[in-house]
Amino acid sequence: MFESEFMRLAFAAGAVVGLLAPAVGFFLVQRQMSLIGDGIGHVAFAGVAAGYLLDVSPVATALVASLAGAVTIEWLRARRITAGDQALALVFYTGIAGGVVLVSLAGALDVNLLAFLFGSILTVTRMDVVVIVVLGLAGLATIGLLYRALSATVLDEEGARVAGIPVAFLNVVVAALAALTVALSMRVVGILLIAALMVLPVIAATRVAWSMASTIVIAMAIGLVSVFAGLTAAYYGDLPPGGMIVLVAAAAFALLTVAGTLRRT
Amino acid sequence: MPLAVELRALSFAYPHGQTVLRDVDLAIAHGEFVAVAGPNGGGKTTLLRVALGLERPTQGEALLFGEPAHASSHRATIGYLAQRARLGVDAPATVREVVSAGRLAASGLLGPLRRRDRAIVAEAIGRVGLEAVADAPLRTLSGGMQQRAFIAKALAGEPSLLVLDEPTTGVDVEAQDALAALLDRLHRELGVTVLYVSHEFGAVERFVQRLVLVRSSIVFDGPPAQLPGVWHDPSHVHV
Repeated sequence: MFESEFMRLAFAAGAVVGLLAPAVGFFLVQRQMSLIGDGIGHVAFAGVAAGYLLDVSPVATALVASLAGAVTIEWLRARRITAGDQALALVFYTGIAGGVVLVSLAGALDVNLLAFLFGSILTVTRMDVVVIVVLGLAGLATIGLLYRALSATVLDEEGARVAGIPVAFLNVVVAALAALTVALSMRVVGILLIAALMVLPVIAATRVAWSMASTIVIAMAIGLVSVFAGLTAAYYGDLPPGGMIVLVAAAAFALLTVAGTLRRT
Repeated sequence: MPLAVELRALSFAYPHGQTVLRDVDLAIAHGEFVAVAGPNGGGKTTLLRVALGLERPTQGEALLFGEPAHASSHRATIGYLAQRARLGVDAPATVREVVSAGRLAASGLLGPLRRRDRAIVAEAIGRVGLEAVADAPLRTLSGGMQQRAFIAKALAGEPSLLVLDEPTTGVDVEAQDALAALLDRLHRELGVTVLYVSHEFGAVERFVQRLVLVRSSIVFDGPPAQLPGVWHDPSHVHV
């Protein structure tokens, strides 16, 4: 399988995505914002469509649109202009509606678009891999540096605010990391399934983990295994990679739920 | 030395809402153990939020250690126990992870905790008697033990002011008494100022030096022994 260059590129991009998505997803799940990845994904769809229309890189426009969407959700939530789920709904539906209109204007309702929606290992280019690896490692480094601050905010946001921790800034960092993850992952997993890779490994990890640190490490391991197993299955079975990756992550959840239950009995 | 907490002629109303606090004057000196009580909806949580700089007063001034509360440079020395519903007790964290989070303001945001910080975290866990379960997941512990873990988190910042908002909610009577005794010990051993805010004050009444009753304004401020008998039942504060 690795004699084909596109598989080597897909695995390189997939490795970064498989580690980054659950690491970011951990903070979303703990803040009960599991669906934010989905909301940002729909905005990214509008970004991809804008890329086609303007004839520039869809990954770049998706990244800009995702960041704008994520920061908007956080801003609406923090200012209490709307409740968290309403902020998400607003951005979610505006994104998908804008995307449909832009795609139609660009005349781009074709196979390429489907590759963005569901992921396609054939579409990952060398340039994509460079962008994914550089920005993905920057995202992971940010989480590493701010890990204590981000987890303290998860545990006790008001306590952190009282102690003078810049909670609003940290919340924007998490939203921006979620946007970055969506934009980087859409080539491999697809816009419609990226949120699953952020959330499912984390939920699976909580079944057997004993601490915050172990949850995040196990979730990243599940993410990596899901991407590698999913890509392999997609290659040999000629199946959509995004779907296979998420099915493996869902299977991990089922397995670890059984394992967790057996351990407690 | 400036007062730990000072509210001067303070009023507060939410935008387009009723006035919640009216003309409140309150001064809490270093080392005091004060209970702020009152009926639900009486404004005590708002008073606390304004005193801590989380809300800005509509009129008057809120000072923390002599500086405007919202911009006080001493915020890192406030240990705060939020209401139980606002705490991440369901997060998959160990006691040590929770307590370490309390060291954040003192240690800086970036990178791992240093050896000295880890020693302070261990000491805080010891002070609340949770050494045996330091590495146990929080969600496997009782409500009272979870609360002690969050008190240790507040202590990990080596606070000069310890503030507790409705600490008795969701905790059984035995744990409430244990909490009151723990606060009394911390107050005596560490010399920390304690501000205890609750709709009822039975558990801490024998330990506090001052009781402040809030019903939009301050209706009583003095030693618990001087409290008119009818108010010992908090439901009478409504009258």
